[in-house]
Amino acid sequence: MSAPDVEPFLRIEGVSKSFGTFQAVKNVNLSVSKGEIFALLGGSGCGKTTLLRMLAGFEEPTSGQIFLDGRDMANVPPWQRPVHMMFQSYALFPHMTVAANVGYGLKHEKSLSKEGRAARVAEMLDLVQLTQFAHRKPHQISGGQRQRVALARALARQPKLLLLDEPLAALDKKLREHTQFELMSIQERTGVTFIVVTHDQEEAMTLSDRIAVMDKGEVKQIGSPTEIYEFPQSKFVAGFIGSVNSFEARVISRDKGHLRLDVPALGGEILARDVAGAAEGQKVSLAVRPEKMRITKDRPDTPNAVAGHVKDLAYFGKDSLYRVILPGGLVQAHAVNARRGDEGAFMADWDDEVWVSFDPSSAIVLVD
Amino acid sequence: MSQSRFQRWFDLKGWSALLIGAPYIWLLVWFLLPFLIVVAMSVATNTPTAPPFSFGGEHPWVNWEPFSRVLTDGLYLRAFLTSVVNAFVAMIFCLLLGYPMALGLTRVSTNWRNILLMLVILPFWTSFLLRVYAWMGLMGKNSWFNGLLTDSWNFLVPMSWAMKSVPMMHTNFAVVLVMVYTYLPFMILPLYASLERLDPTLDEAAMDLGSRPYQVFWDVTLPQSIPGIVAGGMLVFIPAAGELVIPSLVGNAAQPMIGKIIQDEFGQARDWPMASAVAVALLILMVIPTMIYSHYQAKAERLK
Amino acid sequence: MKRSPTFLITVMCFGFAFFYIPILSMIVYSFNASRLATVWGGFSTKWYVSLVSNDAVVNALFLSLKIALVSATFATILGTMAGITLARFTKFRGRTLFSGLVVAPLIMPEVITGISMLVFFILMADWVGWPGQRGFTTITLAHITFSMVFVTTIIQARMIQSDRAIEEAAMDLGSRPWQVMFDITLPVISPAILSGWLLAFTISLDDVVISSFVTGPGSTTLPLLIWSKVKLGVTPDINALATLMVLTVGIGVFAAGMIMSRTERRRQLDAQMAFRSDD
Repeated sequence: MSAPDVEPFLRIEGVSKSFGTFQAVKNVNLSVSKGEIFALLGGSGCGKTTLLRMLAGFEEPTSGQIFLDGRDMANVPPWQRPVHMMFQSYALFPHMTVAANVGYGLKHEKSLSKEGRAARVAEMLDLVQLTQFAHRKPHQISGGQRQRVALARALARQPKLLLLDEPLAALDKKLREHTQFELMSIQERTGVTFIVVTHDQEEAMTLSDRIAVMDKGEVKQIGSPTEIYEFPQSKFVAGFIGSVNSFEARVISRDKGHLRLDVPALGGEILARDVAGAAEGQKVSLAVRPEKMRITKDRPDTPNAVAGHVKDLAYFGKDSLYRVILPGGLVQAHAVNARRGDEGAFMADWDDEVWVSFDPSSAIVLVD
Repeated sequence: MSQSRFQRWFDLKGWSALLIGAPYIWLLVWFLLPFLIVVAMSVATNTPTAPPFSFGGEHPWVNWEPFSRVLTDGLYLRAFLTSVVNAFVAMIFCLLLGYPMALGLTRVSTNWRNILLMLVILPFWTSFLLRVYAWMGLMGKNSWFNGLLTDSWNFLVPMSWAMKSVPMMHTNFAVVLVMVYTYLPFMILPLYASLERLDPTLDEAAMDLGSRPYQVFWDVTLPQSIPGIVAGGMLVFIPAAGELVIPSLVGNAAQPMIGKIIQDEFGQARDWPMASAVAVALLILMVIPTMIYSHYQAKAERLK
Repeated sequence: MKRSPTFLITVMCFGFAFFYIPILSMIVYSFNASRLATVWGGFSTKWYVSLVSNDAVVNALFLSLKIALVSATFATILGTMAGITLARFTKFRGRTLFSGLVVAPLIMPEVITGISMLVFFILMADWVGWPGQRGFTTITLAHITFSMVFVTTIIQARMIQSDRAIEEAAMDLGSRPWQVMFDITLPVISPAILSGWLLAFTISLDDVVISSFVTGPGSTTLPLLIWSKVKLGVTPDINALATLMVLTVGIGVFAAGMIMSRTERRRQLDAQMAFRSDD
């Protein structure tokens, strides 16, 4: 899924935010279309939360504009924005019941009768399967249930945009996986546009249609999870999403859609996919994901193959991580463990002499 | 490692017995025992002996007369009423002034907050007596402050209402004013403590759901600060109701508060049983709000 | 949204003016040359001079300081013991009574505390012949009793915050209960002990009502001296005395606050540095 070519639902234009001399967000441009799940991904202090708070109206941009459904959001206070937020801490009102929490925003809907309000609350509680907890206080329910109350409360007024600040961070691993799918199905049923802030790349990849990777207040790359993972445009993005083997390299020549590189760490010439902006003689970085590395006993029939020996291996069951010493350094390779007895199955062991190889199409050249 | 039996006993039992025992015995001897004597004295008979009370005589063992006088004699009832009204009014004004101040303290920057908090606490450390005294200087007939008030009064009202000075000293107004002044920190600090603990994201959540700032205050801030209001209220009301210094210095001698009555019965009238009965009645009056307070505290504890 | 609305700012300005205008006015009038305390008659420091040469004031000050020093020290020892006990020993015989005894003096009106102590001293003198004369000893005993519970409150609050595991760790490493207290507990809560002592000291130095009951002939503390003078009205020499006391305390508290906020800032900075070097 990618953004259609119509006027986007949410448009962020050249938005910057400074706190004193500190620039938290630098010239961010983003478009999000209706019904999308869009993730802002980055480490702590990258500006993703500040950007989210500007969307909610808690912070005003120092410069730039935010348009939601064609309307300029400047000087619209938080209580008048059709934007609701699910807070990282959930921010449930401790002195109100679950039902009162969910219904809180609805009391500002003057057109809604008392019965209409109760019906909407019931509908929302049903959506998150909390009907039987309606009269409990927030401290009487579990963390996962609180998360669902927060979601129901934010959705009750049918916002145009739902902001989710680290929605899964406070849940334990098992619950997180389950909740992830539930969030996606609720989004599908309600059709509300979601903006998710997260530092967890896996969460961003599985939840969202598109991701903006942020670092030091800047958006580094925007794209679908596949684009971000397979075709990172910078060393930062390659390193932030998944793990990567990264090498210094120099472009020898450029031909037939391929780049010929000199990579001292891999002991010689490597063939890689062509990228825009690479010129002969230029210094670049070569990045190869561990799972794109193949480990074989004999030399494979591909251009990019280097001999080495296994220094370390970590066995995870369904796969294993190898650390292989090559003439010019150490690489990591992630291999799915074959079924025992399969033809040609090879499971390297400590100190085995092996060949490490990868396809030219898996070799990412980063110009920055 | 060998240890003597004494060492073993000391480590296991003696040490904690010492730790508990010393303050316990101290309070039993110097606080509980004297207090029980006062309670006992409240049902004794006043005699012209030294000490001026005894059990026996025309009222063997228990003499309920002091208590019945507390409940029927207008002097005591009026004094109780004056005390309760003065303390209650002072508490309300402390709340009206202290709540915005405490809320303001949570909203200013950290640097300002530290300075302002210190300015709130500072009067705590300065002499109570001198703080009362400072107002005596301001309220007196010839003071610049009274002059200022007199001038603005005369400016605002018709000529026939004009005054030479505003009568402030020796009135219940003066008592309440000085009580508010001296007890305001007792209101601000617990309020600040309870407001400061509130999660600011709750305010944001309410705003995000469509509430304007004043609605946020009524829906989110105020209900959550009730324990702080109750605590501050008790901390003002209880000492104010038993106050002795303030009414003696700036109050109306014709409308004494209950502390003064106790002192007079004990000292000038030398009627110790009567003084004790009034004291016990005052304590009972104070136990009620204290019970309410501890009820709220227990409730707040359960909420956590 | 860290904006503070104008309303709150206005009330705060009014509140702080309310707090400090009376004190400032008193300080200004202490330099008043006129004998009429409330009418300005030019600048003078003569009241300060007469104050220092007034033997009664100087004696009262020393008596008050002596009582405050002794009573604050004993109150801190007893109050700390009680605070530790209440925070650490959850079950012992008579705990309910004990926790009541620790709160009761806080809410007991001073008049009643004063009377009950005086009656107790009079009856004791009757029965066992002690105390023969009321004065330093009786005032000090009374002050210890009602200021120790303030120390207890501070210590108890601090103990509840502190981590029990460090005490258990010390015991696990071979310390006996009393060694744990001197090696671990007391050092950890030492700032609370210090503020408890300061509070007890101030309470003692400030007390009028209870002292007025349990004092005897010839033992006039500074508050009692001020009390007897103030009852007669506003006088310039009391203004001067008040100014000296307020300034001493004000400067002391201000300095302590500055030192505390500086060490706190330093601690935060160190924590930040340590955190960064973790990355």
